[in-house]
Amino acid sequence: MHIQQLSIFLEDRSGRLTELTRILAEHDINITALNLAETTDYGIVRMVVGRPALAKEVLEKAGFSIRLTDVACVNIPDEPGSLYRVLKILTEENINVDYMYAFSNRDVALAVIRTADISGVAGILEKRGVKLLSQRDIYQL
Amino acid sequence: MCRNKMIWNPERECAEREQMRALQSRQLSAMIQRMCDHVPFYRDRLKERGIEPGDIRSVDQLKSLPFTTKADLRDNYPFGLFTVRQNDVVRIHASSGTTGKPTVVGYTRQDIDIWAEMVARSLTMADIHSGDTIQIAYGYGPFTGGLGLHYGAEKVGATVIPISSGNTRKQLQFMTDFNATILACTPSYAAHLGESILKEGISPKDIKLRAGVFGAEPWSNEMRREIEKLLHIKAYDIYGLSEVIGPGVSMECECQCGNHVFEDHFIPEIIHPETLEVLPDGEIGELVFTTVSKEAMPLLRYRTRDLTRLHREKCDCGRTLVRMEKCLGRTDDMLIIRGVNVFPSQVESVLMEMSETSPHYQLIVRRENNLDTLEVLVEIDEKNWSDSIRELEGIRRRIDHNIKSLLGISAIIRLVEPNSIERSEGKAKRIIDHRKKGV
Repeated sequence: MHIQQLSIFLEDRSGRLTELTRILAEHDINITALNLAETTDYGIVRMVVGRPALAKEVLEKAGFSIRLTDVACVNIPDEPGSLYRVLKILTEENINVDYMYAFSNRDVALAVIRTADISGVAGILEKRGVKLLSQRDIYQL
Repeated sequence: MCRNKMIWNPERECAEREQMRALQSRQLSAMIQRMCDHVPFYRDRLKERGIEPGDIRSVDQLKSLPFTTKADLRDNYPFGLFTVRQNDVVRIHASSGTTGKPTVVGYTRQDIDIWAEMVARSLTMADIHSGDTIQIAYGYGPFTGGLGLHYGAEKVGATVIPISSGNTRKQLQFMTDFNATILACTPSYAAHLGESILKEGISPKDIKLRAGVFGAEPWSNEMRREIEKLLHIKAYDIYGLSEVIGPGVSMECECQCGNHVFEDHFIPEIIHPETLEVLPDGEIGELVFTTVSKEAMPLLRYRTRDLTRLHREKCDCGRTLVRMEKCLGRTDDMLIIRGVNVFPSQVESVLMEMSETSPHYQLIVRRENNLDTLEVLVEIDEKNWSDSIRELEGIRRRIDHNIKSLLGISAIIRLVEPNSIERSEGKAKRIIDHRKKGV
Protein backbone atom coordinates (compact mmCIF):
# COMPACT_ATOMS: atom_id res chain seq x y z
CA MET A 1 0.00 0.00 0.00
CA HIS A 2 1.48 3.33 -1.01
CA ILE A 3 0.24 6.88 -0.97
CA GLN A 4 0.57 9.90 -3.20
CA GLN A 5 2.81 12.74 -2.26
CA LEU A 6 2.57 16.20 -3.82
CA SER A 7 5.81 17.43 -5.34
CA ILE A 8 6.00 21.12 -6.21
CA PHE A 9 8.76 22.85 -8.13
CA LEU A 10 9.30 26.30 -6.68
CA GLU A 11 11.47 28.99 -8.11
CA ASP A 12 13.43 30.91 -5.56
CA ARG A 13 11.02 33.84 -5.31
CA SER A 14 9.94 35.32 -2.04
CA GLY A 15 6.43 34.48 -0.90
CA ARG A 16 5.95 31.40 -3.10
CA LEU A 17 5.77 28.97 -0.19
CA THR A 18 3.42 31.28 1.69
CA GLU A 19 1.19 31.49 -1.38
CA LEU A 20 1.20 27.71 -1.65
CA THR A 21 0.08 27.22 1.94
CA ARG A 22 -2.51 29.99 1.65
CA ILE A 23 -4.23 28.16 -1.22
CA LEU A 24 -4.26 24.90 0.72
CA ALA A 25 -5.68 26.71 3.75
CA GLU A 26 -8.42 28.27 1.65
CA HIS A 27 -9.48 24.83 0.48
CA ASP A 28 -9.32 23.36 3.94
CA ILE A 29 -6.57 20.90 3.00
CA ASN A 30 -4.50 19.71 5.94
CA ILE A 31 -0.77 19.14 5.60
CA THR A 32 0.38 16.01 7.41
CA ALA A 33 4.07 16.21 6.51
CA LEU A 34 6.19 18.65 4.53
CA ASN A 35 9.77 18.68 3.38
CA LEU A 36 11.56 21.42 1.44
CA ALA A 37 14.70 20.50 -0.48
CA GLU A 38 16.45 23.56 -1.75
CA THR A 39 19.22 24.49 -4.17
CA THR A 40 20.50 28.01 -4.75
CA ASP A 41 17.94 28.64 -7.51
CA TYR A 42 14.90 26.55 -6.79
CA GLY A 43 13.34 24.24 -4.28
CA ILE A 44 11.24 21.10 -4.34
CA VAL A 45 8.43 20.95 -1.81
CA ARG A 46 7.25 17.46 -1.01
CA MET A 47 4.21 17.04 1.14
CA VAL A 48 1.66 14.55 2.30
CA VAL A 49 -1.85 15.96 2.49
CA GLY A 50 -5.28 14.57 3.22
CA ARG A 51 -6.71 15.09 -0.27
CA PRO A 52 -3.85 15.04 -2.80
CA ALA A 53 -5.99 15.08 -5.97
CA LEU A 54 -7.92 18.15 -4.83
CA ALA A 55 -4.70 19.83 -3.70
CA LYS A 56 -3.13 19.19 -7.11
CA GLU A 57 -6.13 20.63 -8.89
CA VAL A 58 -6.36 23.86 -6.88
CA LEU A 59 -2.61 24.45 -6.94
CA GLU A 60 -2.38 23.88 -10.68
CA LYS A 61 -5.19 26.33 -11.16
CA ALA A 62 -3.08 28.84 -9.24
CA GLY A 63 -0.17 28.26 -11.60
CA PHE A 64 2.01 25.92 -9.53
CA SER A 65 3.91 23.04 -11.15
CA ILE A 66 2.71 19.95 -9.36
CA ARG A 67 3.19 16.28 -9.76
CA LEU A 68 1.97 13.38 -7.72
CA THR A 69 4.72 11.01 -6.64
CA ASP A 70 4.16 7.55 -5.20
CA VAL A 71 5.75 7.14 -1.77
CA ALA A 72 5.45 4.74 1.15
CA CYS A 73 4.42 6.14 4.51
CA VAL A 74 5.53 3.79 7.27
CA ASN A 75 4.03 3.91 10.72
CA ILE A 76 6.58 2.82 13.31
CA PRO A 77 6.72 2.90 17.10
CA ASP A 78 8.11 6.15 18.51
CA GLU A 79 11.12 4.48 20.12
CA PRO A 80 14.87 4.07 19.46
CA GLY A 81 15.73 1.57 16.73
CA SER A 82 12.39 1.44 14.95
CA LEU A 83 13.52 3.39 11.85
CA TYR A 84 16.69 1.31 11.79
CA ARG A 85 14.62 -1.85 11.55
CA VAL A 86 12.77 -0.53 8.48
CA LEU A 87 15.91 0.67 6.70
CA LYS A 88 17.68 -2.60 7.48
CA ILE A 89 14.96 -4.41 5.55
CA LEU A 90 15.44 -2.09 2.56
CA THR A 91 19.20 -2.62 2.62
CA GLU A 92 18.78 -6.39 2.84
CA GLU A 93 16.44 -6.25 -0.14
CA ASN A 94 18.89 -4.07 -2.05
CA ILE A 95 16.46 -1.14 -2.28
CA ASN A 96 17.89 2.33 -2.64
CA VAL A 97 16.18 5.25 -0.87
CA ASP A 98 15.92 8.31 -3.14
CA TYR A 99 14.85 10.57 -0.31
CA MET A 100 12.89 10.41 2.92
CA TYR A 101 11.58 12.59 5.70
CA ALA A 102 10.25 11.60 9.09
CA PHE A 103 8.60 13.03 12.17
CA SER A 104 7.16 11.77 15.42
CA ASN A 105 5.01 12.88 18.28
CA ARG A 106 3.91 10.96 21.33
CA ASP A 107 1.34 8.83 19.52
CA VAL A 108 2.88 8.13 16.18
CA ALA A 109 6.15 8.14 14.24
CA LEU A 110 5.90 8.35 10.48
CA ALA A 111 8.55 8.17 7.78
CA VAL A 112 7.82 9.05 4.15
CA ILE A 113 10.11 7.06 1.88
CA ARG A 114 10.65 7.41 -1.86
CA THR A 115 12.28 4.58 -3.82
CA ALA A 116 11.97 3.26 -7.32
CA ASP A 117 9.08 0.75 -7.80
CA ILE A 118 7.27 1.95 -4.72
CA SER A 119 4.39 -0.53 -4.86
CA GLY A 120 6.83 -3.45 -4.94
CA VAL A 121 8.74 -1.99 -2.02
CA ALA A 122 5.50 -1.37 -0.09
CA GLY A 123 4.58 -5.04 -0.58
CA ILE A 124 7.97 -6.19 0.73
CA LEU A 125 7.74 -3.97 3.81
CA GLU A 126 4.24 -5.14 4.64
CA LYS A 127 5.24 -8.76 4.24
CA ARG A 128 8.01 -8.13 6.76
CA GLY A 129 5.55 -6.68 9.24
CA VAL A 130 6.03 -2.94 8.74
CA LYS A 131 2.80 -0.99 9.05
CA LEU A 132 2.08 1.35 6.13
CA LEU A 133 -0.49 4.11 6.15
CA SER A 134 -3.13 4.36 3.45
CA GLN A 135 -4.46 7.58 1.93
CA ARG A 136 -7.53 7.17 4.15
CA ASP A 137 -5.34 6.82 7.26
CA ILE A 138 -3.60 10.07 6.33
CA TYR A 139 -6.89 11.85 5.84
CA GLN A 140 -7.99 10.75 9.28
CA LEU A 141 -4.77 11.73 11.06
CA MET B 1 13.23 18.80 -66.81
CA CYS B 2 11.00 18.98 -63.81
CA ARG B 3 10.05 15.63 -62.37
CA ASN B 4 7.65 17.09 -59.88
CA LYS B 5 4.27 18.32 -61.02
CA MET B 6 3.63 20.40 -57.92
CA ILE B 7 5.45 23.46 -59.22
CA TRP B 8 3.53 26.69 -59.73
CA ASN B 9 5.77 28.22 -62.39
CA PRO B 10 8.10 25.51 -63.72
CA GLU B 11 9.50 27.73 -66.45
CA ARG B 12 10.96 30.06 -63.84
CA GLU B 13 11.45 27.71 -60.89
CA CYS B 14 13.26 25.07 -62.95
CA ALA B 15 15.10 27.39 -65.34
CA GLU B 16 18.60 26.49 -66.49
CA ARG B 17 21.30 28.60 -64.82
CA GLU B 18 22.23 30.52 -67.97
CA GLN B 19 18.60 31.26 -68.72
CA MET B 20 18.14 32.57 -65.16
CA ARG B 21 21.27 34.71 -65.36
CA ALA B 22 20.13 36.23 -68.67
CA LEU B 23 16.77 37.11 -67.12
CA GLN B 24 18.44 38.57 -64.02
CA SER B 25 20.86 40.62 -66.13
CA ARG B 26 18.06 42.06 -68.25
CA GLN B 27 15.99 42.95 -65.22
CA LEU B 28 18.94 44.39 -63.28
CA SER B 29 19.83 46.68 -66.15
CA ALA B 30 16.24 47.91 -66.43
CA MET B 31 16.00 48.41 -62.65
CA ILE B 32 19.16 50.53 -62.53
CA GLN B 33 17.74 52.67 -65.35
CA ARG B 34 14.45 53.16 -63.47
CA MET B 35 16.28 54.03 -60.27
CA CYS B 36 18.48 56.62 -61.96
CA ASP B 37 15.52 58.12 -63.78
CA HIS B 38 13.34 58.57 -60.72
CA VAL B 39 15.29 58.45 -57.42
CA PRO B 40 17.90 61.10 -56.62
CA PHE B 41 19.29 58.92 -53.83
CA TYR B 42 20.29 56.10 -56.21
CA ARG B 43 21.33 58.48 -59.01
CA ASP B 44 23.79 60.19 -56.64
CA ARG B 45 25.08 56.95 -55.15
CA LEU B 46 25.86 55.52 -58.57
CA LYS B 47 27.32 58.75 -59.83
CA GLU B 48 29.73 58.84 -56.87
CA ARG B 49 31.14 55.59 -58.19
CA GLY B 50 31.22 56.80 -61.76
CA ILE B 51 28.50 54.41 -62.84
CA GLU B 52 26.14 55.42 -65.64
CA PRO B 53 22.88 53.49 -65.90
CA GLY B 54 23.81 52.11 -69.31
CA ASP B 55 26.99 50.53 -67.89
CA ILE B 56 25.20 47.76 -66.06
CA ARG B 57 24.39 44.91 -68.41
CA SER B 58 25.20 41.77 -66.46
CA VAL B 59 24.31 40.31 -63.11
CA ASP B 60 28.07 39.78 -62.67
CA GLN B 61 28.39 43.55 -62.22
CA LEU B 62 26.16 43.47 -59.15
CA LYS B 63 29.15 43.22 -56.83
CA SER B 64 30.44 46.60 -58.00
CA LEU B 65 27.23 48.38 -57.01
CA PRO B 66 26.56 50.19 -53.72
CA PHE B 67 24.57 48.69 -50.84
CA THR B 68 21.30 49.97 -49.42
CA THR B 69 20.65 49.74 -45.68
CA LYS B 70 17.75 50.17 -43.33
CA ALA B 71 19.20 53.56 -42.40
CA ASP B 72 18.87 54.63 -46.05
CA LEU B 73 15.18 53.68 -45.96
CA ARG B 74 14.75 55.70 -42.79
CA ASP B 75 16.59 58.73 -44.23
CA ASN B 76 14.24 58.69 -47.22
CA TYR B 77 11.12 58.19 -45.10
CA PRO B 78 8.40 57.80 -46.16
CA PHE B 79 8.36 57.76 -50.00
CA GLY B 80 11.83 58.96 -51.02
CA LEU B 81 12.86 55.67 -52.63
CA PHE B 82 9.68 55.16 -54.69
CA THR B 83 10.36 54.96 -58.41
CA VAL B 84 6.74 55.49 -59.46
CA ARG B 85 4.21 58.27 -59.00
CA GLN B 86 1.81 58.10 -56.11
CA ASN B 87 -1.16 57.20 -58.36
CA ASP B 88 0.61 54.01 -59.41
CA VAL B 89 1.03 52.90 -55.79
CA VAL B 90 -1.90 50.69 -54.80
CA ARG B 91 -0.72 49.65 -51.34
CA ILE B 92 1.61 50.75 -48.58
CA HIS B 93 2.95 48.43 -45.87
CA ALA B 94 5.11 49.44 -42.95
CA SER B 95 7.14 47.36 -40.55
CA SER B 96 6.88 47.86 -36.82
CA GLY B 97 9.68 50.28 -36.14
CA THR B 98 11.09 49.15 -32.80
CA THR B 99 13.75 51.82 -33.16
CA GLY B 100 12.63 55.11 -34.64
CA LYS B 101 10.50 55.43 -37.74
CA PRO B 102 8.74 52.48 -39.38
CA THR B 103 10.09 51.09 -42.64
CA VAL B 104 7.70 51.97 -45.46
CA VAL B 105 7.25 49.87 -48.59
CA GLY B 106 5.02 50.66 -51.59
CA TYR B 107 3.49 48.27 -54.11
CA THR B 108 2.12 48.83 -57.60
CA ARG B 109 -0.63 46.61 -58.99
CA GLN B 110 2.05 44.49 -60.65
CA ASP B 111 4.06 44.25 -57.40
CA ILE B 112 0.98 42.93 -55.62
CA ASP B 113 0.41 40.40 -58.43
CA ILE B 114 4.02 39.22 -58.29
CA TRP B 115 3.82 38.96 -54.50
CA ALA B 116 0.69 36.83 -54.77
CA GLU B 117 2.49 34.61 -57.26
CA MET B 118 5.50 34.25 -54.93
CA VAL B 119 3.22 33.11 -52.12
CA ALA B 120 1.30 30.84 -54.53
CA ARG B 121 4.63 29.26 -55.55
CA SER B 122 5.48 28.90 -51.85
CA LEU B 123 2.19 27.27 -50.90
CA THR B 124 2.44 24.93 -53.89
CA MET B 125 5.86 23.84 -52.61
CA ALA B 126 4.09 22.70 -49.45
CA ASP B 127 1.44 20.93 -51.55
CA ILE B 128 -1.24 23.41 -50.50
CA HIS B 129 -3.97 23.79 -53.07
CA SER B 130 -7.65 24.28 -53.79
CA GLY B 131 -9.54 22.15 -51.29
CA ASP B 132 -7.35 23.21 -48.37
CA THR B 133 -8.58 25.55 -45.68
CA ILE B 134 -5.85 27.87 -44.51
CA GLN B 135 -6.05 29.64 -41.17
CA ILE B 136 -3.95 32.79 -41.47
CA ALA B 137 -2.94 33.73 -37.94
CA TYR B 138 -0.33 36.24 -39.02
CA GLY B 139 -1.25 39.80 -38.15
CA TYR B 140 -3.31 41.62 -40.80
CA GLY B 141 -2.50 45.28 -41.21
CA PRO B 142 0.63 47.21 -42.10
CA PHE B 143 2.66 44.07 -41.21
CA THR B 144 3.11 42.04 -44.41
CA GLY B 145 2.46 38.59 -42.91
CA GLY B 146 -1.34 38.49 -42.98
CA LEU B 147 -2.15 40.10 -46.32
CA GLY B 148 0.90 38.52 -47.99
CA LEU B 149 -0.24 34.99 -47.19
CA HIS B 150 -3.83 35.96 -47.92
CA TYR B 151 -3.45 36.88 -51.59
CA GLY B 152 -1.25 33.86 -52.34
CA ALA B 153 -3.65 31.49 -50.61
CA GLU B 154 -6.56 32.87 -52.64
CA LYS B 155 -4.48 32.54 -55.79
CA VAL B 156 -3.95 28.80 -55.27
CA GLY B 157 -7.68 28.49 -54.63
CA ALA B 158 -7.55 27.58 -50.95
CA THR B 159 -10.31 28.58 -48.54
CA VAL B 160 -8.95 31.41 -46.42
CA ILE B 161 -9.77 32.06 -42.75
CA PRO B 162 -8.36 35.58 -42.27
CA ILE B 163 -8.38 35.37 -38.48
CA SER B 164 -5.20 37.45 -37.94
CA SER B 165 -3.03 37.01 -34.84
CA GLY B 166 -3.99 36.68 -31.18
CA ASN B 167 -7.14 35.50 -29.41
CA THR B 168 -6.02 31.93 -28.92
CA ARG B 169 -9.43 30.64 -27.84
CA LYS B 170 -11.05 31.87 -31.05
CA GLN B 171 -8.15 30.44 -33.08
CA LEU B 172 -8.85 26.99 -31.63
CA GLN B 173 -12.58 27.30 -32.16
CA PHE B 174 -12.20 28.29 -35.84
CA MET B 175 -9.54 25.65 -36.36
CA THR B 176 -11.83 22.87 -35.16
CA ASP B 177 -15.21 24.18 -36.39
CA PHE B 178 -14.02 25.20 -39.89
CA ASN B 179 -11.74 22.14 -40.36
CA ALA B 180 -8.61 24.16 -41.08
CA THR B 181 -6.01 21.97 -42.84
CA ILE B 182 -3.22 24.55 -42.97
CA LEU B 183 -1.96 26.95 -40.31
CA ALA B 184 0.10 30.04 -41.20
CA CYS B 185 1.66 32.09 -38.38
CA THR B 186 4.93 32.71 -36.55
CA PRO B 187 6.60 29.53 -35.24
CA SER B 188 6.41 30.71 -31.63
CA TYR B 189 2.67 31.28 -31.98
CA ALA B 190 2.31 27.83 -33.57
CA ALA B 191 4.01 26.31 -30.52
CA HIS B 192 1.73 28.35 -28.28
CA LEU B 193 -1.37 27.12 -30.14
CA GLY B 194 -0.11 23.52 -29.91
CA GLU B 195 0.32 23.82 -26.16
CA SER B 196 -3.09 25.45 -25.83
CA ILE B 197 -4.70 22.52 -27.67
CA LEU B 198 -3.20 20.17 -25.09
CA LYS B 199 -4.19 22.41 -22.21
CA GLU B 200 -7.78 22.78 -23.41
CA GLY B 201 -7.98 19.01 -23.80
CA ILE B 202 -9.06 19.23 -27.44
CA SER B 203 -9.04 15.80 -29.04
CA PRO B 204 -6.53 15.38 -31.91
CA LYS B 205 -9.48 13.94 -33.90
CA ASP B 206 -11.04 17.40 -33.98
CA ILE B 207 -7.94 19.01 -35.48
CA LYS B 208 -7.63 18.50 -39.23
CA LEU B 209 -4.34 20.36 -39.71
CA ARG B 210 -1.82 18.62 -41.95
CA ALA B 211 0.75 21.33 -42.64
CA GLY B 212 1.91 24.70 -41.39
CA VAL B 213 3.64 27.62 -43.09
CA PHE B 214 5.70 29.44 -40.50
CA GLY B 215 7.99 32.44 -40.70
CA ALA B 216 8.69 36.06 -39.70
CA GLU B 217 11.17 35.01 -37.00
CA PRO B 218 14.17 32.69 -36.94
CA TRP B 219 13.51 29.16 -35.67
CA SER B 220 15.61 26.04 -35.38
CA ASN B 221 15.02 22.59 -36.82
CA GLU B 222 14.51 21.33 -33.28
CA MET B 223 11.72 23.86 -32.84
CA ARG B 224 10.28 22.53 -36.10
CA ARG B 225 10.22 18.99 -34.72
CA GLU B 226 8.58 20.23 -31.53
CA ILE B 227 5.83 22.04 -33.48
CA GLU B 228 5.35 19.05 -35.78
CA LYS B 229 4.92 16.79 -32.77
CA LEU B 230 2.56 19.16 -30.95
CA LEU B 231 0.29 19.79 -33.94
CA HIS B 232 0.79 16.50 -35.86
CA ILE B 233 1.69 18.40 -39.04
CA LYS B 234 4.54 18.97 -41.45
CA ALA B 235 6.01 22.41 -40.74
CA TYR B 236 7.43 24.50 -43.60
CA ASP B 237 9.61 27.57 -43.35
CA ILE B 238 8.58 30.60 -45.37
CA TYR B 239 11.01 33.49 -45.43
CA GLY B 240 10.52 37.09 -46.25
CA LEU B 241 11.00 40.63 -45.11
CA SER B 242 8.77 43.58 -45.78
CA GLU B 243 11.53 45.64 -47.42
CA VAL B 244 11.88 43.01 -50.15
CA ILE B 245 8.19 42.10 -50.47
CA GLY B 246 6.99 40.29 -47.32
CA PRO B 247 6.58 36.51 -46.96
CA GLY B 248 7.37 34.67 -50.19
CA VAL B 249 10.97 35.72 -50.78
CA SER B 250 11.98 32.10 -50.28
CA MET B 251 10.28 28.88 -49.24
CA GLU B 252 11.08 25.31 -48.32
CA CYS B 253 10.03 22.49 -50.64
CA GLU B 254 9.14 19.00 -49.43
CA CYS B 255 12.86 18.06 -49.32
CA GLN B 256 13.33 20.62 -46.52
CA CYS B 257 16.95 21.23 -47.44
CA GLY B 258 16.88 25.01 -47.33
CA ASN B 259 14.54 27.61 -48.78
CA HIS B 260 14.37 28.13 -52.54
CA VAL B 261 14.89 31.83 -53.24
CA PHE B 262 12.69 33.22 -56.01
CA GLU B 263 15.78 34.64 -57.65
CA ASP B 264 14.03 35.62 -60.86
CA HIS B 265 12.70 38.51 -58.73
CA PHE B 266 15.04 38.74 -55.74
CA ILE B 267 18.73 38.17 -56.44
CA PRO B 268 20.49 36.98 -53.28
CA GLU B 269 24.14 37.50 -52.34
CA ILE B 270 26.05 36.64 -49.17
CA ILE B 271 28.53 39.22 -47.93
CA HIS B 272 30.94 39.46 -45.04
CA PRO B 273 29.13 41.78 -42.61
CA GLU B 274 32.27 43.79 -41.89
CA THR B 275 34.45 43.72 -45.01
CA LEU B 276 31.30 43.72 -47.24
CA GLU B 277 33.01 41.35 -49.66
CA VAL B 278 30.86 38.85 -51.52
CA LEU B 279 31.39 35.38 -50.04
CA PRO B 280 31.36 32.14 -52.05
CA ASP B 281 28.42 29.71 -51.88
CA GLY B 282 28.45 27.69 -48.68
CA GLU B 283 29.94 30.39 -46.48
CA ILE B 284 27.94 32.05 -43.73
CA GLY B 285 27.44 35.76 -43.97
CA GLU B 286 24.85 38.51 -44.30
CA LEU B 287 22.11 38.00 -46.85
CA VAL B 288 21.69 40.80 -49.40
CA PHE B 289 18.84 41.17 -51.91
CA THR B 290 18.41 43.11 -55.12
CA THR B 291 14.73 43.21 -56.04
CA VAL B 292 15.02 43.46 -59.79
CA SER B 293 11.35 43.26 -60.77
CA LYS B 294 9.93 45.57 -58.11
CA GLU B 295 8.18 48.58 -59.60
CA ALA B 296 7.21 50.84 -56.71
CA MET B 297 10.28 50.51 -54.55
CA PRO B 298 13.10 48.41 -55.95
CA LEU B 299 16.10 47.92 -53.67
CA LEU B 300 19.71 47.71 -54.75
CA ARG B 301 21.81 45.26 -52.71
CA TYR B 302 19.67 45.66 -49.61
CA ARG B 303 21.41 44.36 -46.46
CA THR B 304 18.89 42.18 -44.63
CA ARG B 305 21.06 41.66 -41.50
CA ASP B 306 20.00 37.99 -41.65
CA LEU B 307 22.84 35.50 -41.43
CA THR B 308 22.74 32.41 -43.61
CA ARG B 309 24.48 30.72 -46.54
CA LEU B 310 23.53 29.73 -50.10
CA HIS B 311 23.61 26.37 -51.88
CA ARG B 312 23.26 25.76 -55.59
CA GLU B 313 23.45 21.97 -55.81
CA LYS B 314 20.42 20.51 -57.54
CA CYS B 315 17.45 19.85 -55.29
CA ASP B 316 15.50 16.60 -55.52
CA CYS B 317 12.25 18.53 -56.01
CA GLY B 318 13.41 19.53 -59.49
CA ARG B 319 13.70 23.26 -58.83
CA THR B 320 16.94 24.90 -59.86
CA LEU B 321 16.42 27.99 -57.69
CA VAL B 322 19.29 28.74 -55.33
CA ARG B 323 18.63 27.66 -51.74
CA MET B 324 19.30 29.58 -48.53
CA GLU B 325 19.69 27.80 -45.22
CA LYS B 326 17.46 28.57 -42.30
CA CYS B 327 18.65 31.87 -40.88
CA LEU B 328 21.13 31.40 -38.09
CA GLY B 329 19.98 34.70 -36.62
CA ARG B 330 20.24 38.37 -37.38
CA THR B 331 23.45 40.29 -37.29
CA ASP B 332 21.79 42.37 -34.57
CA ASP B 333 20.52 39.31 -32.60
CA MET B 334 24.05 38.09 -32.43
CA LEU B 335 25.34 38.55 -28.92
CA ILE B 336 29.02 39.03 -28.43
CA ILE B 337 29.79 37.58 -25.01
CA ARG B 338 33.37 37.69 -23.87
CA GLY B 339 34.34 38.04 -27.53
CA VAL B 340 32.40 34.96 -28.63
CA ASN B 341 29.52 35.19 -31.11
CA VAL B 342 26.39 33.67 -29.60
CA PHE B 343 23.05 33.13 -31.34
CA PRO B 344 19.86 32.33 -29.43
CA SER B 345 19.21 29.59 -32.01
CA GLN B 346 22.27 27.69 -30.74
CA VAL B 347 20.96 27.62 -27.19
CA GLU B 348 17.58 26.54 -28.53
CA SER B 349 19.11 23.60 -30.37
CA VAL B 350 20.74 22.37 -27.13
CA LEU B 351 17.46 22.53 -25.23
CA MET B 352 15.41 20.91 -27.97
CA GLU B 353 17.59 17.82 -27.80
CA MET B 354 16.66 17.27 -24.15
CA SER B 355 13.28 15.81 -23.25
CA GLU B 356 13.31 17.10 -19.67
CA THR B 357 13.24 20.76 -20.62
CA SER B 358 10.83 22.81 -22.70
CA PRO B 359 11.80 24.96 -25.70
CA HIS B 360 11.09 28.04 -23.63
CA TYR B 361 14.20 29.89 -22.61
CA GLN B 362 15.57 33.36 -22.12
CA LEU B 363 19.11 34.65 -22.32
CA ILE B 364 20.10 37.36 -19.87
CA VAL B 365 23.39 39.12 -20.45
CA ARG B 366 25.02 41.35 -17.85
CA ARG B 367 28.34 42.97 -17.34
CA GLU B 368 29.78 42.48 -13.88
CA ASN B 369 33.21 43.88 -13.03
CA ASN B 370 33.88 44.43 -16.74
CA LEU B 371 33.15 40.79 -17.47
CA ASP B 372 30.17 39.64 -19.55
CA THR B 373 27.97 37.03 -17.93
CA LEU B 374 25.38 34.90 -19.66
CA GLU B 375 22.48 33.54 -17.70
CA VAL B 376 20.12 31.06 -19.36
CA LEU B 377 16.66 30.58 -17.88
CA VAL B 378 15.18 27.25 -18.90
CA GLU B 379 11.69 26.05 -18.12
CA ILE B 380 11.45 22.47 -16.91
CA ASP B 381 9.02 20.37 -18.92
CA GLU B 382 5.53 20.61 -17.49
CA LYS B 383 4.87 16.87 -17.56
CA ASN B 384 8.28 15.39 -17.48
CA TRP B 385 10.13 16.78 -14.47
CA SER B 386 11.58 14.80 -11.63
CA ASP B 387 11.13 15.72 -7.98
CA SER B 388 14.58 14.40 -7.23
CA ILE B 389 17.16 17.15 -6.75
CA ARG B 390 19.83 14.75 -7.95
CA GLU B 391 18.07 14.35 -11.31
CA LEU B 392 17.26 18.04 -11.68
CA GLU B 393 20.86 18.97 -10.96
CA GLY B 394 21.93 16.34 -13.47
CA ILE B 395 19.78 18.02 -16.11
CA ARG B 396 21.18 21.42 -15.20
CA ARG B 397 24.73 20.12 -15.48
CA ARG B 398 23.99 18.55 -18.87
CA ILE B 399 22.59 21.82 -20.24
CA ASP B 400 25.61 23.59 -18.79
CA HIS B 401 27.99 21.13 -20.41
CA ASN B 402 26.25 21.09 -23.80
CA ILE B 403 26.05 24.87 -24.01
CA LYS B 404 29.66 25.18 -23.03
CA SER B 405 30.80 22.68 -25.62
CA LEU B 406 28.70 24.29 -28.36
CA LEU B 407 29.37 27.95 -27.62
CA GLY B 408 32.79 27.73 -26.04
CA ILE B 409 31.75 29.89 -23.10
CA SER B 410 30.18 28.96 -19.81
CA ALA B 411 26.76 30.15 -18.78
CA ILE B 412 24.80 30.20 -15.56
CA ILE B 413 21.88 27.81 -16.07
CA ARG B 414 18.76 28.36 -14.02
CA LEU B 415 15.83 25.97 -14.09
CA VAL B 416 12.55 27.80 -13.72
CA GLU B 417 8.90 26.83 -13.42
CA PRO B 418 6.88 25.86 -16.50
CA ASN B 419 5.03 28.81 -18.06
CA SER B 420 7.05 31.35 -16.09
CA ILE B 421 8.82 32.88 -19.10
CA GLU B 422 6.57 35.27 -20.94
CA ARG B 423 4.81 33.77 -23.97
CA SER B 424 4.46 35.81 -27.07
CA GLU B 425 1.56 35.82 -29.47
CA GLY B 426 3.80 37.52 -32.00
CA LYS B 427 7.56 37.40 -31.79
CA ALA B 428 9.47 35.77 -28.97
CA LYS B 429 11.53 37.80 -26.56
CA ARG B 430 14.59 35.62 -26.15
CA ILE B 431 17.23 38.09 -25.11
CA ILE B 432 17.55 40.59 -22.31
CA ASP B 433 20.83 42.42 -22.67
CA HIS B 434 21.42 44.65 -19.66
CA ARG B 435 24.69 45.87 -21.15
CA LYS B 436 22.80 48.07 -23.60
CA LYS B 437 21.40 50.23 -20.82
CA GLY B 438 24.80 51.81 -20.42
CA VAL B 439 25.49 49.93 -17.18
